[in-house]
Amino acid sequence: MKNKGLGIKGRRLIAYTVLILISFFCLFWFYILFINASRSHSELTKGFTLIPSTHLLDNWVNVMNGTLPIVRGMLNSLIIAGSSAVLCTYFSAMTAYAIHAYNFKLRNFMFTFILIIMMIPTQVNAQGFLQLVDKMNLDNSFVPLIIPAIAAPVTFFYLKQYMESSLPLSLIEAARIDGSGEFKTFNKIVLPLMKPAIAVQAIFSFVGNWNNYFTPALILHDNEKKTLPILIAQLRGADFLKFDMGQVYMMIAFSIFPVIIIYLVLSKHIVQGVALGSVKG
Amino acid sequence: MKKKGRVVRYNKWGYIFLIPFVVVYIIFNLIPLVTTIYNSFFECYRSGLTQVGPNYVGLDNYETLLGSKELWQYLGNTFLIWLMGFVPQILLSLLLAAWFSDPSLRLKGQRFFKTVIYLPNVIMASALSMLFFTLFSEGGPVNSMLLQMGLIEEPVKFFASVWGTRGIIAFMNILMWFGNTTILLMAGMMGIDTELFEAAQVDGAKPSQIFFKITMPLLKPILLYTLITSLIGGIQMFDVPQVLSNGSGNPIRSCMTVIMYLNKHLYSKNYGMGGALSVILFVVTGILSLIVFRMTVKKEK
Amino acid sequence: MKKRFLSLLVAATMVVSMFAGCGSKDNAAENNSSNSNTAGTTNTSTTQEAGNQAADNTADQGKVLNIYAWNEEFKSRVTDFYPGYEVVDNTHGKIGEVEVVWNITPSDNNAYQDNLDAGLLKQESAAADEKIDIFLVEADYALKYVDTPYTMSIADLGITDAELAEQYQYTKDVVTDSNGVLKGLSWQGCPGALFYSRAVAKEVLGTDDPAEIQKYVSDWDKFVETAALMQESGYFMTSSVMDTFRVYSNNVTSKWVEGGKINIDANIMKWVEDSKKMYDAGQTGTHGLWSDDWNKGFYPEGKVFCYFGPAWLINFCMAADVEGSIGNQGGWGATEGPQGFFWGGTWICAAAGTDNAALVKDIMLKITTDPEIMKDIVVKTDDFVNNKSVMNAMAADTSYSSKVLGGQNPLAMYCKGVESIDLSNLSNYDSGCNIDFQSAITNYFEGNATLEEALDIFYQSVAERYPELGY
Repeated sequence: MKNKGLGIKGRRLIAYTVLILISFFCLFWFYILFINASRSHSELTKGFTLIPSTHLLDNWVNVMNGTLPIVRGMLNSLIIAGSSAVLCTYFSAMTAYAIHAYNFKLRNFMFTFILIIMMIPTQVNAQGFLQLVDKMNLDNSFVPLIIPAIAAPVTFFYLKQYMESSLPLSLIEAARIDGSGEFKTFNKIVLPLMKPAIAVQAIFSFVGNWNNYFTPALILHDNEKKTLPILIAQLRGADFLKFDMGQVYMMIAFSIFPVIIIYLVLSKHIVQGVALGSVKG
Repeated sequence: MKKKGRVVRYNKWGYIFLIPFVVVYIIFNLIPLVTTIYNSFFECYRSGLTQVGPNYVGLDNYETLLGSKELWQYLGNTFLIWLMGFVPQILLSLLLAAWFSDPSLRLKGQRFFKTVIYLPNVIMASALSMLFFTLFSEGGPVNSMLLQMGLIEEPVKFFASVWGTRGIIAFMNILMWFGNTTILLMAGMMGIDTELFEAAQVDGAKPSQIFFKITMPLLKPILLYTLITSLIGGIQMFDVPQVLSNGSGNPIRSCMTVIMYLNKHLYSKNYGMGGALSVILFVVTGILSLIVFRMTVKKEK
Repeated sequence: MKKRFLSLLVAATMVVSMFAGCGSKDNAAENNSSNSNTAGTTNTSTTQEAGNQAADNTADQGKVLNIYAWNEEFKSRVTDFYPGYEVVDNTHGKIGEVEVVWNITPSDNNAYQDNLDAGLLKQESAAADEKIDIFLVEADYALKYVDTPYTMSIADLGITDAELAEQYQYTKDVVTDSNGVLKGLSWQGCPGALFYSRAVAKEVLGTDDPAEIQKYVSDWDKFVETAALMQESGYFMTSSVMDTFRVYSNNVTSKWVEGGKINIDANIMKWVEDSKKMYDAGQTGTHGLWSDDWNKGFYPEGKVFCYFGPAWLINFCMAADVEGSIGNQGGWGATEGPQGFFWGGTWICAAAGTDNAALVKDIMLKITTDPEIMKDIVVKTDDFVNNKSVMNAMAADTSYSSKVLGGQNPLAMYCKGVESIDLSNLSNYDSGCNIDFQSAITNYFEGNATLEEALDIFYQSVAERYPELGY
């Protein structure tokens, strides 16, 4: 009588095996990356081993002295992703607050409008965007990569949902009675209350901009201004640097491992944030 | 919530707080969108140092695009590669989500596993692609491992084969997104009333029966949501095939996605064609997002 | 925050003026295109004007010298060999009172040309200190710039033919426009040779003497026969089919574009045919040049018999300083190969409208004609310089030999090769066509497409790149 199919223990065993296998497939690539970043070019030509070699530091020094300014690239990426995240969350919170707390004529129209545009990918207006950037003389500048973050429908939507569940309008009313100005209420009372949601969205916005390749590649031309993804993609093109695969692996490692470490530190918030977004979304 | 009187004078602040969003949206999204559409009716490109156009050509650009087999081929590529990634991804995610949310299994180390499966999602797609390109190249580590294990006689040329390249792209898409999907589905499953499960168990239903008869139907809305958002994401597929094939979409352009095609036009400053292609993409995603919109609104109610 | 809002404001006001789509920019561009049209027919008048301008400018020298380049090569030549150049920082220098600004954009993905195009299109309206003074070009796309009024003629700079007598003819052909006006100069020559692994040669052919090896590779039929010999002993003839591409494409009898239509020369098709045979037989691969897989043959484990390349291939690719490479043990030999060819090289052009004409002239003369400086370049960098008498003297010098080539002095061979280079069939579409052709035809080699399908992809890619071309 196998009414329950496999026993709990059996099912648990299968689950663990599959999970471990999957985890292996998620992490294995990064392990190879680490191994290869520690090997010299001639070692790499001889095939693969599972044991790291001793050239980690050499490769690091070579990359630092190389022609591609990847430290600069990382800095550029940090500047763009960081300021985008700040602008994006602050102004999305402001937009969400406008829709949430005030009862004005165009309120429903605006809300519907933002929901409709939420899913339109930025690529479809890239052509006009490029032309605009050219006209405004903002080509090769960070401005067109940062400012548009202010209008972020997805972040807006998430924060709006969050406000609905955890920002009672009576609180705002109370603030008004205390004589707080609207702007002050938003900055001093609403924002602190929104902290958890803002933190999650800041992380997502940061990751999104950090990884963005399409738009920056069309706008940034100087090596000094390029972001990390562009520089990494350049490795695929013709370059003398490629004669040292040790350096190539080191550069990829340089762009991946810091992110992994930061992710591990923040992982609790990130994973929760994804789940939260889905329930609401 | 309609309090008249004192509150009304505050409501102008709603407009004030909307200014930044509206201004930025108009400048950086709406105007570019309008100029994109406008340009799609012109022949307008730069060849080296000479500018051709703009000459008004009506719907010629659309005719050329829709009439050429390339656009359909690239749309087909995009859809196919997306599908190759989506089907295994959703199955895997359903399985994992079912396990994670199954109270009778009581899996330990859930946080660890969730952290690990979500990890590839935060990695820069271009860096991950570059990594996979080197790993799967003819003399790369994957080939040398397979050789050393004696599984193959001579190196596999992954990037010289249509299905090899498509497969790697699809695999990377799975890797990057199945963690995300799992967590989404799991959140959906957690939302299902546990009493339903208990009642089913009392009635002697098998776990598989519970899954297909109770969980799945209740998950339908969130599955549909995942499907459409993934499809919209799929249309935008760019970084991975771009870096893997160095922009060429080879072999035989079987990995050229529509956004890569658009990128080619943008790069050669062919504003007319680029505009027309953008408008087509806009219409496609517009329809899809309307569906998502209607779903979200329904949920609101 | 204030700043951000300010830039937004600026943005907003500019938006109001921009609605006309391709609008105002295109007016300027149209002027340009009409300029270039007239230039095509009566080039002399435009260049004349530019010349006058240059002469005027000599009086009041500009304060900033802007140089556009795609790598550090020219910068290091100027730094090391131009008298009076002082380094300020990585991208700035000083010559006397003049500030030198290096604008270096790598050529990947056409970025260098795109950047240069944008700069040149703005040249007329740019402030004197912002104007491009010098830009560098490669042979593949030299004509794209040379055949426009954006490039100044060498004669208008005040450089005479007599001063250029020692330069190799092909280096002048590359940068001569459709009216026969010379518009750029180079300090180097890049004649190519066939480099073979001495160890493999000894094992398979029984000798590693260049003259003997040449007999095995003296024409393409012999080359293919030798490839079979290599295969029998487990060696690849070349690392990739791309290795031989330039040798074939340098010996064409027609251009990539004839009368506005894309054209494939018979010699290119011969390359396709020969390469397909060799690839199918397993005698070579299809790796892209510069790829890691291509590069493997510089190590014994790669099992590659030969590479084609100019002198700089030795410096850049053979990894002579890496232990375990063939070059490290002096394991390469050099011979002429089936056909003469050249590969690479950098040309210096003066941008029309430069405010530093006198200085540009001096830099060009010193770096590309001064025998003392040029000799110095050879001795210090192993470059092959663009000066017949200097190179002939070095070729005869028995004390000069290359370690990587196992003590061979290859200069005489280069000198012979460089005289035979014929470049009458360059077009300004070469860079795009070469890249797209190699990429498209790979599909045929690898068996993913028939020859027709692969050629279709080629036509299609070129048309995307240059929308004005038909096929």
